[in-house]
Amino acid sequence: MNELATIVATATPLVYATIGEMINEKAGVINLSLDGSILLAAMVGFAAAVASDSVIIGFLAAIVVSVAIAALVAFSSIELRLNQIAVGFVLFLLARQLALFFGDSYVGQVGPKVPAWDIPLLSDIPFLGVVLFRHNLSVYGSYVLVIAAFFVIYKTRIGLVLQGAGERPEAAFARGIPVNRLRLLATVTGGALVGVAGAAVSLDQIAGWRENLTTNLGWIALAFVIFGGWHPFRVAIACYVYRGLLFVAGQFQEELPEFVQVLNTLPFLLMILMLTAVNTQWFRRLGDNHPRWRNFLASDPPSAIGTVFARD
Amino acid sequence: MMLRLAQWRTALVSLVLAIGITLLLLVLVDAPPLEALRLLWDGSFGSDTKIADTLMAWVPLVVAAAGLLVTFQAGLWNIGVEGQIIMGAIGASWVARSVTGPSWLVVIAAFAAGIALGVGWALVPGTLRTVFRVHEIFSGVALFFVAGGLAIYLIIGPWSRAGIASTSGTDPFPTASWLPTIGRLRLSIVAVVVAVMAVVAVAVLLRGTRYGLRLKAVGRNPASAFLMGIATSRSMLSAFAVCGALGGIAGTVQAIGFHHKLVPSISGGYGFLGILVVLLAGFRTAWIAPIALFFAAILVGSTQLSLRLQIDSSLAGVVQGVLVLLILLTGGWQARRTRIAEAEAET
Repeated sequence: MNELATIVATATPLVYATIGEMINEKAGVINLSLDGSILLAAMVGFAAAVASDSVIIGFLAAIVVSVAIAALVAFSSIELRLNQIAVGFVLFLLARQLALFFGDSYVGQVGPKVPAWDIPLLSDIPFLGVVLFRHNLSVYGSYVLVIAAFFVIYKTRIGLVLQGAGERPEAAFARGIPVNRLRLLATVTGGALVGVAGAAVSLDQIAGWRENLTTNLGWIALAFVIFGGWHPFRVAIACYVYRGLLFVAGQFQEELPEFVQVLNTLPFLLMILMLTAVNTQWFRRLGDNHPRWRNFLASDPPSAIGTVFARD
Repeated sequence: MMLRLAQWRTALVSLVLAIGITLLLLVLVDAPPLEALRLLWDGSFGSDTKIADTLMAWVPLVVAAAGLLVTFQAGLWNIGVEGQIIMGAIGASWVARSVTGPSWLVVIAAFAAGIALGVGWALVPGTLRTVFRVHEIFSGVALFFVAGGLAIYLIIGPWSRAGIASTSGTDPFPTASWLPTIGRLRLSIVAVVVAVMAVVAVAVLLRGTRYGLRLKAVGRNPASAFLMGIATSRSMLSAFAVCGALGGIAGTVQAIGFHHKLVPSISGGYGFLGILVVLLAGFRTAWIAPIALFFAAILVGSTQLSLRLQIDSSLAGVVQGVLVLLILLTGGWQARRTRIAEAEAET
């Protein structure tokens, strides 16, 4: 039971990051800077929290940083019609180096941490109470986010319009939808969640700052958006299963010390396997054979992903 | 002609802005900015040893960038080149550690092994892309981390130094496997010649052969290239193989020409940096060599800077990133202005 609670807690930053990236990809924008963005957000969030002795200020500072990066990706794609991959990759390297450059003096410092808070009543439920409701606001926020993302994307008009901007921007535009403004909004929203992911690492999960604190979380998140088929529930399940697998593998570490290196590369071997699996013919047919689960089992990206939408 | 002038202007504006931002960063961390710039120059071109070090950083960088030109020509983002460099270094290290014989033979065998592993590691994302439609960015990044894990495993496991298993690296290779250097300098003429040959070969391949033209067709529009009778999958795979081979060469030079042992950070970030070089060059072959030299100088100079002024050496990466970002943005801005001006002229 405690093990499951640990898995839920450690998956939290990944859930924020994947859902955030999923939102901007739904609208057709890839933010490839994710990995650098999370690291810089974690560093700035930690620095701000140390300076102000306030976790809330830390989260806000992290959000500001990654929103700025996301806005730059959106601006250069929408206004300047630049390649999203190129700009995103440069920003990945740049954000990473900036985090190392400014974070140098914060290594090893102790900062504030999100306080634990059991939800009254819910935390008394047998089993589920311990697993899900004895954490803190950062973890609870991720549950709300996954459910909210599902309802907004599949059950509201704005969600439908958002998907339109990512699937058929010309058709959406012809129907009077401001495609590019919507894309900017989605990218900034995704960026804000990436900031939360970074702060959730440096102010909660690991609580501190060191080089490579977020251990390539951003690349894993980018892969899980694909593996999760751009569906909030599938994306979230992927995050929890992944942390579960890592937890199980971690148990072997004590018995087999040589296993450590294999363990460190395990996430990436899993990543390749997962991406290959969702692209097999078998998996593709699965979605066609079960129309009721079509959204959940889809494996195709939004059709207009990564492209520039120009009106003229 | 007008366009060229405009391009020069945007490049100049970006460079000035990048220098301005660098100075600002230095002020922010309480370093004397002008002193820092002088140290940067001293640390990269100040003496013959520094010039030698800069050239030895230029070699793997320019070779990786040349390889990336080939995959970019085919429309592929071979971010995994960083992992291909690591695998090249592992292959070369294996030969250097186990093959005994005349120096020239060991060196040639090391290059062959480095190239073989580089190509093999590049064909994995190539196959995943062409057969399973897995995007090469994600498989490439994943394989980079796997290669890095493998290097560390070898260093602390089977190839660990006698008695101590530390991540500082393996035992130095037997000197027969070292690339010959000039006197006391760390400069290897063989490495520089290999780099020049690689750049020239890629330039000829891309500009002067049918193969280069085919890759371009695949890169511009794979669907129509396929309809025109080009085997797109095979073209893409071959581009991956060429880039992997060059990555393997870069890794071999790092292993037997520079570190003379296998270390965890053997790829030195030259693969990722190579992507920045190509982006900054605007995919033009002729610009690869000078830009790579500039980047190598910043990189080598910044280690001196961090020793003397206690600044984190990541400053080099910040400067390079800012410069490339600014070039992309100002280029986009210029194009946008032209677009708007043309639209106004029409109405």
